[in-house]
Amino acid sequence: MANLELVKNSVIEGNVAGAAAETKACLESGMDPLEIINQGLVAGMNVVGPRFKAGEMFVPEVLMSAKAMHAGMELVKEKLVDFEMPSEGKVVIGTVKGDLHDIGKNLVAIMLESSGYDVVNLGVDIPPEKFAEAVKEHNPQVVGLSALLTTTMLAMKETIDYLKEEGLRDQVKVIIGGAPVTEDFSVEIGADGYAPDGGSAVELVKGLLA
Amino acid sequence: MEKFTFNGQPKLRLLTDEQIKLIHEKALYILETTGVRFESDEALKILKDHGADVDFDRKVAKFKPEMVIDAIKKAPSGVKLYTRDGELAADLSGNNVHFDPVSAPIKILESDGKTARQSLAQDLANISKVNDALDNIALQSSACVLYDVPKLIGDSYRVYIMLQNSPKAMITGGFSVHGVPYMRDMLAAVVGGYDELREKPVAVFDICPSPPLKWTHISSQNIIDCARNGLPLETVSMPMPGAATPATLAGSIVVHTAETLSGVVLAQVINPGTPVIYGGAPVHFDMRTGTTPLSAIEATMIAAAYAQMGKYYGMPTHTYACLSDSMIIDTQAGLETSMSGIVAQLAGINVISGVGGLEFVSTVSLEKLVIDNEICGMALRLDRGIETSEETLAVELIRELGPGGDYLSTDHTFSWFKKEPYIPSSIIERRDRKNWEADGAKSAFEKAQDKVKDILANHRPAPLDKERADELDRVTLKIMKELGIDSLPLGPK
Ligand code: B1M
Repeated sequence: MANLELVKNSVIEGNVAGAAAETKACLESGMDPLEIINQGLVAGMNVVGPRFKAGEMFVPEVLMSAKAMHAGMELVKEKLVDFEMPSEGKVVIGTVKGDLHDIGKNLVAIMLESSGYDVVNLGVDIPPEKFAEAVKEHNPQVVGLSALLTTTMLAMKETIDYLKEEGLRDQVKVIIGGAPVTEDFSVEIGADGYAPDGGSAVELVKGLLA
Repeated sequence: MEKFTFNGQPKLRLLTDEQIKLIHEKALYILETTGVRFESDEALKILKDHGADVDFDRKVAKFKPEMVIDAIKKAPSGVKLYTRDGELAADLSGNNVHFDPVSAPIKILESDGKTARQSLAQDLANISKVNDALDNIALQSSACVLYDVPKLIGDSYRVYIMLQNSPKAMITGGFSVHGVPYMRDMLAAVVGGYDELREKPVAVFDICPSPPLKWTHISSQNIIDCARNGLPLETVSMPMPGAATPATLAGSIVVHTAETLSGVVLAQVINPGTPVIYGGAPVHFDMRTGTTPLSAIEATMIAAAYAQMGKYYGMPTHTYACLSDSMIIDTQAGLETSMSGIVAQLAGINVISGVGGLEFVSTVSLEKLVIDNEICGMALRLDRGIETSEETLAVELIRELGPGGDYLSTDHTFSWFKKEPYIPSSIIERRDRKNWEADGAKSAFEKAQDKVKDILANHRPAPLDKERADELDRVTLKIMKELGIDSLPLGPK
């Protein structure tokens, strides 16, 4: 029996196989794909986000839920070749040149993804040129820069300056974050915003794209 | 220390001999079959020239067990550190324990105990000075990041400040490729030259692999520079269970062992006999909050266990402990600092970095440094153990005084009452309530505030004589010129 509640619960439980099976059942019963996504897959993630923030869910559980949601999404995509994925917006994110701190940036990416954003995670030690390339290739609304070292905070400014040089700065919002980064610094280097943690990063992006 | 025996094992043993051998074998297997990434062509080339199996495209080096064993054999079993003024400061060997402050926090907790703000050059000068007055902390460290100093010189300039403010030997480290050579120049200026620095090292350089199984361009270059110049280095592998290493303690220790040994190999093939301290900064990865508590009991357990591995390899050891993840100086701070400090001491770890530290090594506090000095004092007393000589067993005295005897006025008490216990400062309350109340009923934290004020106002660390100070200024000015920096807070004129 096709049931959106079951799709949603599979996502919340992080049951990847279950989410796929329930999504398939819904699709086969002829349900509207957009409804499956909104009332099932994304609805599940909408429960997961706040639960994580409240300390009721753990990172690996959130990751499994995200995997479950993606498994369902893939099936919807397969079914409808020219189906446009609904997305809140696209974010390209990476840790700047010379900096290898991965974890915080990944958490921010997960939080954005679980709030419905399309996230392109470039990885660590990303030079300005690569950010620029990614902007050209993926056309994001937002570029997120992470730095955990005082020394590599300089590379955040370099990246923003490079985006300007390449004429790309005006087509994206740039947000920055990481332990040593501050609001003042974000103003100083001409970023559009700063977020102290993943939850705030989601709020920030929402505000910037509103 | 003997290598590949179990003779050097510490008092606290979390791993049996069999478990040590098992982890050793698994780490060798990882090194031989998976290998380690070095993001430095120079490092890869050196490793290849010495027999490693190198894939230059993937930047991965794989090591035959013989190559690893050979490197371990060449690594010295101890390192002696000296003060700026040439006196022996620490013998990092056997199960000798030494404490030093937390390194590279980005914030200082102000003396109100509530406000955390970005740390500045003056803060490091204060830490160095306060630390100089604390007897149970053998070494100093580059204990914060300097926000008012240009970032290009931010790592190396800390050495300048420390040399100015305390003769204590130091634990430091770079955030950049040029960091190590610049620091070497400053240190050499003060001890009389590069050879003197090699003879009597004043500083240890922390170098971090990036878990899992990776050395960055900067770290690789730092190892190469230290090894070429005979500077003692400390590998600081950071097992992060569930995030960057397996979620299990055993799996995390295997990764730590493999990472550390790969660094030992690079240092030893470049310059056999380079002093390498088998170190680390184990964390717990909190899956609810995504933070990295270093004082979680599991993190301390990893430290105690890898120290056993280091001792099996006959090398000096290091860890981060005797610190707290609390935001302020509260009950959590006291319990975590003493718990991890005592475990690390029982594990016989030669360099225990962390005193003064809060908030996942992000914050340092002068008041906490002063309080933690007492924890170190107690840990060092525990370390001394119980001596059983004729004199200390005191059988003659017991017989002489017999039942109901008075020990207070004997010569034996007079000669032992100071030597036997650790005598804490007034931070540790031992007066009765009446006297404590009469003196303002102050908490340990309030007393620490007073003590910090007193040290900053009255303590006079041994000064750097004019000749050496001038030489240090000259070298530092030269570096500043190279980097295009005109002036620095507290800097040379
Ligand atoms: C785009 O928008 C946004 C918005 C918000 C964003 C954002 C982007 N990015 C982050 N956020 C925010 O949201 C996240 C989620 O809440 C948060 O992310 P965080 O990253 O803050 O939080 C994570 C979830 C958990 N936190 C972390 O993962 C970082 C923890 C600490 C302990 C840390 C770690 C783990 C590591 N380290 Co590094 N390390 C430290 C860190 C101390 C600390 N407490 O921060 C710090 C940052 N490290 C430091 C140092 C010195 C270094 N580290 C180094 C290496 C490493 C490891 C590789 C060993 C490891 C990283 C492993 C990995 N795979 O990522 C070296 C540098 C390597 C390099 N080139 O990058 C090395 C230079 C050490 C050496 N001498 O080799 C210090 C920095 C000092 C400075 N100059 O600023 C440091 C404060 C520790 C210390 N006291 O020494 C927010 O900041």
